[in-house]
Amino acid sequence: MNTSQGHWWRSDKGGQWLITVIAVVTVIVPVLNLVVPEDSVFHLSTYAVSLLGKYLCYALLALAVDLIWGYAGILSLGHGAFFALGGYAIGMYMMRQIGERGVYGNADLPDFMVFLNWGELPWYWLGFDNFSFALLMVLVAPAILAFVFGWLAFRSRVTGVYFSIISQALTYALMLAFFRNDMGFGGNNGLTDFKDLLGYSLQLDSTKNALFVCSGLALIGGYILCRYVVSSKLGRVLVSIRDAESRTRFVGYRVEHYKLFVFVLSAMLAGVAGALYVPQVGIINPGEFSPINSIEIIIWVAVGGRGYLFGAVIGAVLVNYGKTYFTGAFPEIWLFFLGGLFVVSTLFLPKGVVGLVKRRSMKRADEGGAKPEGQIETDDGTSAEEVSP
Amino acid sequence: MNGSLRAFFVPFLALLIFSSSLSVNSFAQELGFSDHIAKLAKSKLSEKAVLISLIAETKDARVPDLFQHLLNGDLYYVKKTGQIVVIEKTESGYLAGDVLSQQSLGIVGKRSVKKIGVNNALRRQLRSYIATFNLSSDEANTRLEAAKALLKAPEASFLPILDAALVAEANADVRSAMVIARSAILLASDNAGQRLVAVNGLRGATDKKVMTLLEQLLLEDEEGNVAEPNVRVRQAAEEVLGSLHTQARIYKVMEDLFFGISLGSVLLLAAIGLAITFGVMGVINMAHGEMIMLGAYTTYVVQLLMPNNIGLSLVVAVPAAFLVSGLFGVIIERSVIRFLYGRPLETLLATFGISLMLQQLVRSVFTPLNRSVITPEWMSGSWEVNGMLSLTYNRLYIIFFALAVLFLLIQLLKRTFFGLQMRAVTQNRAMASSMGIRTGWVDAMTFGLGSGVAGIAGVALSQLTNVGPNMGQAYIIDSFMVVVFGGVGNLLGTFVGAMSLGIVNKFAEPMVGAVLAKILILVFVILFIQRRPRGLFALKGRFVED
Repeated sequence: MNTSQGHWWRSDKGGQWLITVIAVVTVIVPVLNLVVPEDSVFHLSTYAVSLLGKYLCYALLALAVDLIWGYAGILSLGHGAFFALGGYAIGMYMMRQIGERGVYGNADLPDFMVFLNWGELPWYWLGFDNFSFALLMVLVAPAILAFVFGWLAFRSRVTGVYFSIISQALTYALMLAFFRNDMGFGGNNGLTDFKDLLGYSLQLDSTKNALFVCSGLALIGGYILCRYVVSSKLGRVLVSIRDAESRTRFVGYRVEHYKLFVFVLSAMLAGVAGALYVPQVGIINPGEFSPINSIEIIIWVAVGGRGYLFGAVIGAVLVNYGKTYFTGAFPEIWLFFLGGLFVVSTLFLPKGVVGLVKRRSMKRADEGGAKPEGQIETDDGTSAEEVSP
Repeated sequence: MNGSLRAFFVPFLALLIFSSSLSVNSFAQELGFSDHIAKLAKSKLSEKAVLISLIAETKDARVPDLFQHLLNGDLYYVKKTGQIVVIEKTESGYLAGDVLSQQSLGIVGKRSVKKIGVNNALRRQLRSYIATFNLSSDEANTRLEAAKALLKAPEASFLPILDAALVAEANADVRSAMVIARSAILLASDNAGQRLVAVNGLRGATDKKVMTLLEQLLLEDEEGNVAEPNVRVRQAAEEVLGSLHTQARIYKVMEDLFFGISLGSVLLLAAIGLAITFGVMGVINMAHGEMIMLGAYTTYVVQLLMPNNIGLSLVVAVPAAFLVSGLFGVIIERSVIRFLYGRPLETLLATFGISLMLQQLVRSVFTPLNRSVITPEWMSGSWEVNGMLSLTYNRLYIIFFALAVLFLLIQLLKRTFFGLQMRAVTQNRAMASSMGIRTGWVDAMTFGLGSGVAGIAGVALSQLTNVGPNMGQAYIIDSFMVVVFGGVGNLLGTFVGAMSLGIVNKFAEPMVGAVLAKILILVFVILFIQRRPRGLFALKGRFVED
């Protein structure tokens, strides 16, 4: 365990490594893409930059999930919903930026509204002309949903599997809702055909690199924030909730307040990830709400190692790299592989890749510094690891 | 032209009536019937009128079918031989069948046959002959159908036929149908008194057509003139129409209720296997939907294996699907789930992985395309309760099937030794084990049972929806909602949960639309779980606390 709050940064060896790597990548990738000439071996294609940017967004999303699952024991199968909401918020801003350049040339209405014969902009689209309002919404929209949903759920002590199932129902219901044309979010097609962001064309390599750098910075910032939260006194209450919720309540902590706080924070991080993701892929549609997407996030965290924070980042990058590789090379095998990953990681890698590496290094290091990780039976019967020092 | 032809045919016709009424020699009749038909091929329209009368006079049992084919334009003749054939247009071409022997002649070229054309006058003649024939049939059902058919196209020319049939009719149901058809025809009468009688005759007629007929009477044109000039008739029509509307509303509610119960039984079937694996064993089985899918694909394979016995295929598919899905369930339990008991979240992830692999397996074996499962004849069609309410057989059967499955499962759990062992293991594993129950074996069998029941559900669902690799995904969230709503570990709770969600969904649909209704149901269940985290029928007792 951490000795004191002042040491929270120094004791996080894994986190230091991770941040160094991300910082280096954030600097080097744009250089390789923009500065190194195209015929050089070291040149990185713009496609690769966008792909890496996507991975970074996924990593931030995985981080958000690890914050609640790894430290508060809340398994949300609906976190994709917050990601998608953040994406929709920035997507709405970019739709408004299209202005007269749409297919119908209508400056007042997005194309799909013209197509559906809408008379005027619905009230909830007002304000999205403004970038800072859209940025605010990236945070506020997921936060409100998370607050209402979490408040209802935690107050009535919906925990464990029940919470997982209703969070899955939540994202499923949102998916059905966003598929409706009447909702005013582009229905089936979602929002796409974006032109520029803050006046910079999305087609330009420089914009893509800027978005990549932003994703890297957001990931570093998100990591530091999460590490700070879990190392604080609040973080330790969260861990005690994860390991023995009833006991924590009996000691006198308002369990639901702590859970609600961390759940809302996690939703906001997911929203930011979504907002960075959408300009890089150029589309947001209701498919992002589908329950399978949310479950995939869980597997990133599980593969990387739950409850380490940097494990989630490693898992997200590893699994998504695997996905890119397998769907390209052997599309048939991808689902077998992903499914197998779920089974193998739960059966044989309960602590993920990070846990595996730690166990190896611990055997070698002969108790040199790292403390053994305790395993505690929680009151809902799940086994959970203690926070790594 | 016309006159001379008639002059030529009338003696012939007289002779024929004479001969057919005199002799009951079926051979002669057969000769007359087939002769006339053969002549249809190359006769002119006016000649056909006479031929049709002649054919009708033979009173052969095949006449209504023949006329119906002629009316539908399915009757052709082969250009070379002049043989009269019934043509069925299929994807691969024209499938011909001899009209007399009904022997199939296989696919024929489109150019080698020519349609036997009819005009409107002939059509009217044909229809009235068909009506006459059917109205005087020995089968009460045929007569009833004929009377209903007359209601659909009321024409004054049918009046004498109907009157004649009414005199002879003894069956009360058929009589009332005939009276309604007669009233519908009389609505167009010139006599206000007759129209008044007709309107009153339509009281209690449960048919949408009657309502439109009455509404037409009350229509106003632009100048405010009502289609019906007589005030008393109008009042009577308004009154009858009002009572019919009330009736229609009642039937609409009944229909919604039927669809609700039908959806509820689908939910019940989908969820009942989960009620065992999740409810009784506490295993979060995300691969449950894929067990349903495997059952549906088993049905498809069974139908491939016995293409000549489609009627029987479903009966064979039920045990087959149970075995296939059950076997998969046992394998999954033994290889993965048994290592994860007491760790519900890990079970969730592992079974989700299994579900992905099963989907891909099916996709690799059967291609990603939807497979079509044939609905056997005894399940297609619908039960017409009356003109306003008809219930499709497949939904009706599935309701009974779901109830039967529920009943059998409850009996299995409550009355058998295996059920006793199962309950013992779920309530107190250690104690059950020390009493000599092989808990591992019971776990495997219980999981197999839950999966097998999901497979059975797949057989039923294959009759309602598309069978594809993703079909399981559509049911998994609904199934969890039902089990959680009804209360975990309680089969009756699952039943009540499924039925209430199904009925509420179907009643909400006309008000807010199908998708929004589904969203509202989901939101409702989410809120409901907040209020009662353990569902409608929560288990009481010590083991509630886990």
